[in-house]
Amino acid sequence: MSILELKDLRISYASSEGRLPAVRGVDLHVDRGEVLGLAGESGCGKSTIAASVLRLLPKDAEIDGEVLLDGEDVLTMGWTRLRAVRWSKASIIFQGAMHGLNPVKRVGDQIAQAILIHDESASKESAARQARELIEQVKLPARRARAYPHELSGGQKQRIMIAMALACGPELVIADEPTTALDVMVQAQILDLLKGLQSELGLATLFITHDLSVLTEVADRIAVMYAGKIVEEGPAKQVFDKPKHPYTRALGSAFPEIGDWSYRMSPVGLAGDPPHPNDIPSGCAFHPRCPVATAECADHEPRLESVGPARSASCLLLEPVQNGQMA
Amino acid sequence: MSQPDVSAPLLELRGVRVSFATSRSLMGSPGASTVAQAVDGVNLSVSRGEILALAGESGCGKTTLARAIMGLQPAQEGQILLDGVPMGKTSRALRRHRRRVQLIFQDPSAALDPRQTIYESVAEGLRVQKTPGVERDLVAKALSRAGLRPPERFFTKYPHEVSGGQRQRVLIAGALALEPDVLVADEPVSALDASVRGEILQLLLKLRDELGLAIIIVTHDLGLAWMVANRVAVMYLGRIVENAPAEDLLTSPHHPYTKALLSVVPENHHQEQMILSGETPDPTSIPSGCRFHPRCPLVASGQARRLGIEDRCTSEDPQLTESGSDRAAACFAELVEVPSAQSPSTTTQDPTRATLEDS
Ligand SMILES: Nc1ncnc2c1ncn2[C@@H]1O[C@H](COP(=O)(O)OP(=O)(O)OP(=O)(O)O)[C@@H](O)[C@H]1O
Ligand SMILES: Nc1ncnc2c1ncn2[C@@H]1O[C@H](COP(=O)(O)OP(=O)(O)OP(=O)(O)O)[C@@H](O)[C@H]1O
Ligand code: SF4
Ligand SMILES: [Mg+2]
Ligand SMILES: [Mg+2]
Repeated sequence: MSILELKDLRISYASSEGRLPAVRGVDLHVDRGEVLGLAGESGCGKSTIAASVLRLLPKDAEIDGEVLLDGEDVLTMGWTRLRAVRWSKASIIFQGAMHGLNPVKRVGDQIAQAILIHDESASKESAARQARELIEQVKLPARRARAYPHELSGGQKQRIMIAMALACGPELVIADEPTTALDVMVQAQILDLLKGLQSELGLATLFITHDLSVLTEVADRIAVMYAGKIVEEGPAKQVFDKPKHPYTRALGSAFPEIGDWSYRMSPVGLAGDPPHPNDIPSGCAFHPRCPVATAECADHEPRLESVGPARSASCLLLEPVQNGQMA
Repeated sequence: MSQPDVSAPLLELRGVRVSFATSRSLMGSPGASTVAQAVDGVNLSVSRGEILALAGESGCGKTTLARAIMGLQPAQEGQILLDGVPMGKTSRALRRHRRRVQLIFQDPSAALDPRQTIYESVAEGLRVQKTPGVERDLVAKALSRAGLRPPERFFTKYPHEVSGGQRQRVLIAGALALEPDVLVADEPVSALDASVRGEILQLLLKLRDELGLAIIIVTHDLGLAWMVANRVAVMYLGRIVENAPAEDLLTSPHHPYTKALLSVVPENHHQEQMILSGETPDPTSIPSGCRFHPRCPLVASGQARRLGIEDRCTSEDPQLTESGSDRAAACFAELVEVPSAQSPSTTTQDPTRATLEDS
């Protein structure tokens, strides 16, 4: 059984112009110990999916479908059960959360507090000890437990956020843009840490980012999202090196391989912006920006179909194949 | 006033230093007032029709250098020359300088006033500079050069009514309206969605080719440099540590810092990853000797000792030494190391380099 499975997930927000469909029918699964990368541009619905896994969406959000965490549907769970699975079964490193650390509290105390909230049997002393151990696990000296957030660099704060996410021994960690806004070298350090923790603890991870190239570093599989839907999915290396969907191709070409002469002095890009949820184009939502769209693309909505072993994509120009057969 | 020197590079920096007085050092240790040497002796030049990428870690001084080039930040030492003529210090000279050298700020949403129409945003610079000519025509020409066509359609629009890529084009149009010779673009695409970036980079290439602009692109993304730059200058703690034609630097880096930076670009693992520890080196306490030595993999691995340069690394400040005709790296290993062993170069080897290293 997968640690996480999303079935036909649909999420809309309330807005002055009516319901805003942010997630429009997503099927995804993360296996135990697996790292699934979820990529896509701003506003495509990545953080919305992340929040739905622990039912942390605003009250006015409408959710449909199933979110199976270790086989149990989070959407129909009672509050007591929900409290029990949050952080101990799955935890989230929120986008930009490192800026949200309490500025007047020592970071060690903040981690200990998270432990105490979720484990009522823990004593203050044992929580403090665990906090120090966690801080060492994210490769900071234990004495940094006494530091205040402003005494830490961006990368160190992100390590504290990772320690906090590990506090209750989860099986799944959802990391929402954990390296965005960090410097390149610090990003490499954090990715290295996450990779180490994943193999050491056998952690399953849903790794969310807009930077497809980062996923080739950490992910086993990649799912690419556009306008609230998955448009392509498959083994990380294959999706990056041999994308099937035109959108994946465009996204990947923003991060060319240095030394690839086809990109030298010829950057590739798409016109226009990703669509806003209250104005999603007809047919294939990508068609107005798609470099290979045909007239049919404006009328027919493609479905996510198998396009090769372990690979799927939703594009009318791709020939679907029977599972297991080559395209 | 001296005459422009036509053989000189369009823009040249000689020993530029910029410092800030700060009350505490970066990592939070409180203390008395200290000096942050953000830009610490930079030599650099750009020619017409050339794109130079300025790369380096966060806090290494890229934005400060860009502001100094614009005359927005006074340099305590050194010279900034346009066509061989040093930038003046009077407000009139500065205004003239800022017409010829235009800066595009990093975040297009923050740089545009949301209550101003696109016409007003582009016209603003023209008014400040008291540019002669019919304003409406100048604005239209600039918008159309930036790829916003027909320009009249954009006159009355507000920033929120156009796409993110178009907002960046409006900023570029604002800079182009003054017909500058040099464009300094500080992270011009990092705030944009990945799929949109290519279009803006294509525009910069086009402006380089059609208007002969000299463009400095400040970026942390070496993949971007591969797509558009003629030259790359790598900055570390206020100093240029390597400067070379883009193809050479990106496919066979010489300086250990450049090698490390390239090794952590995702999907670029032809060489083993060299993840440096620590972050944002502190310009209030620049290490003695080679400023990179506390993090240098050559020192840590003992390679510097084997090469017989370790003492110099910790006590002498390496200068940007030319190795071969057109590239330079500030590293003592540059003078002794046989580079072919470490980085098999895919580009044409410079014949002069071999003789330099053999001797
Ligand atoms: N609380 C909310 N109320 C209304 N609309 C929302 C809310 N949160 C998100 N949205 C909208 O839903 C869509 C999806 O947002 P989401 O934050 O999931 O995107 P994302 O893929 O995480 O983007 P980013 O890369 O910018 O983080 C966006 O159009 C966003 O404006
Ligand atoms: N006004 C200022 N007062 C004091 N210190 C400053 C000031 N501006 C910049 N600095 C310091 O100078 C150094 C260089 O900063 P700068 O903004 O030029 O770096 P950068 O290379 O542009 O970094 P980034 O990639 O994060 O934009 C940093 O240590 C910064 O803290
Ligand atoms: S001079 Fe020495 S310390 Fe500096 S980069 Fe070269 S080898 Fe490393
Ligand atoms: Mg998000
Ligand atoms: Mg900067």
